[in-house]
Amino acid sequence: MTATATRPAPPTPPARHARRRRFSRQTREMWVLMLPALVPVLLFSVGPLLYGIALAFTDARNTRNHETSFVGLENLGDLLTAEDFWSSFRIGMIWAVSVTGLQFLAALGLALLLNQDLRFRGVARVLAVVPWAMPPVVIGLMWKLVYHPDAGILNSVLGTHVNWLADFSLALPAIIVVGVWTGMPQTTVVLLAGLQNVPRELYEAVEVDGAGRWRKFWNITLPQLKPVIVAITSLDFVWNINQFGLVYVLTQGGPGGQTRLPMLFAYEEAFRYRFAGYASMLGLAMAVVVLAVLGLYLWRQMREAK
Amino acid sequence: MTVTTRGRSAGLRRVPQYLALLAYVVFLAFPLLWLLSTALKTPREMALADPTWIPREPTLANFADAFGEQDLVGAATRSLVVALASSVITVVISLPAAYAMARYRGLVNRIAIGWVLVSQVFPFILIIIPLFMILRDMELVNTLPGLVVVHVTFTLPFALWMLQGYVRAVPAELEEAAAMDGAGRIRTIVGVVAPLLAPGVVATLLFAFISSWNEFLFALVILQDPDVMTLPLTLVRFTGPEGVARLGPLAAASLMATIPSLIFFAIIQRRLKSGLMAGAVKG
Repeated sequence: MTATATRPAPPTPPARHARRRRFSRQTREMWVLMLPALVPVLLFSVGPLLYGIALAFTDARNTRNHETSFVGLENLGDLLTAEDFWSSFRIGMIWAVSVTGLQFLAALGLALLLNQDLRFRGVARVLAVVPWAMPPVVIGLMWKLVYHPDAGILNSVLGTHVNWLADFSLALPAIIVVGVWTGMPQTTVVLLAGLQNVPRELYEAVEVDGAGRWRKFWNITLPQLKPVIVAITSLDFVWNINQFGLVYVLTQGGPGGQTRLPMLFAYEEAFRYRFAGYASMLGLAMAVVVLAVLGLYLWRQMREAK
Repeated sequence: MTVTTRGRSAGLRRVPQYLALLAYVVFLAFPLLWLLSTALKTPREMALADPTWIPREPTLANFADAFGEQDLVGAATRSLVVALASSVITVVISLPAAYAMARYRGLVNRIAIGWVLVSQVFPFILIIIPLFMILRDMELVNTLPGLVVVHVTFTLPFALWMLQGYVRAVPAELEEAAAMDGAGRIRTIVGVVAPLLAPGVVATLLFAFISSWNEFLFALVILQDPDVMTLPLTLVRFTGPEGVARLGPLAAASLMATIPSLIFFAIIQRRLKSGLMAGAVKG
């Protein structure tokens, strides 16, 4: 770019030579600029990732003195026959799918409302961002206060005496509500931005045909919003399946493992029981599942779009 | 014509919309109000059977108590040190790389963007186990520098992504113009690019600060000694089996722990709207 701008003359042999030298200088410059960021990423991110994948095929223990040896697919076999893994996997899927789905529906509704010219929407707009601004640990603690069996407001309002987070059948729905509350803001903001980018002319065109609000929503808003919806639901799904802090604070996976998401399961295996190899295989399996679900979803969406 | 017909039907149509909006406001606000209410209650009131929304005898004592509890001040100080160190380091090392990503397109650029995306998808657990082992061999477990290293590494991809967007918004023509005027490479960057990039750098700095301040999982794994724990860890340890007496101070401490994030969002909303870039490009 610079070369053509500053030297409009046709490239004579020496000029061409200079340009090649400039190119190699540019490449060198780029590497020098990248280096400070590259070193920590390679050392503490790419390296551990590859190390972690390798660990999944060993019997590594998370202790100082342990002879680690290669065991092939033994960890995978153990994982696939472990009942507590499957129950954790099932809970993780229920959690991720329902939180993502409910988050999306709630956020879409709120985004549509905020896109209208309603009074007090400023209040809702500010409130919709607050959960985003809160540390996950504080969100967890706050909802613990809401659900508290004695001092919580929920029992007081409903007139019940339920220990929400310790009840076998209610704990999972209870944390799903918290998950929806936590993740709704991002989704709302993204959908609202998408709504504001839908060209007004499209609505005006069908208004001439006398289209009602539902038809406008189904025939214009939703199709126009689709790329945004696909992107944000995919991201939400990944974030939700990888959720840890929120649920750790709320229930620590209890009662009786009813809310033990895969990440909590892996954490316990790795840092309480110190089975590093086994936990790595669990992490690897979850990564494969996430990529597969995501790939399938995106592939179907793309095929439909054609 | 359309305006009048729309105006007439609007009144009736708006009722369900306002009800829906109210439902959202209630859902979003009630846990926050309950946190505030709990923070203002006395221990005696917390022990009463039927909790009320409005504290019977509101008190700020819980905020004072929170400072005396479980080394919360120490934990907040450590969180502040870790968050300051990791946000500054993140921006300092990602700024040159972001510049390279924005200005020289090519294979490296695509790999970098690919890594940014992959880093969003991968389960942390797969990285945190080997990372823990590496840090243990480097004697960095249970130390704040260990946590800083991890926070820098994991904030880096998104910081890079943010910064290269800001660099891209600074037109290359500006740099070329400065170069034509005879300014050297360094002078071009310091004199022309840096001032235009300042808002973006501030936003990235704040983002990195908040990511580190809020971070829980890595801190949980790396800091196991209570003497080095950061604020989120200390807050979680706060909730023991002691019953309701300490819920007040806990709520107060939680509220205080949220303040930095709230400030961040207040600032960034204004930053995003500021038309500084637009002015520079048009001029």
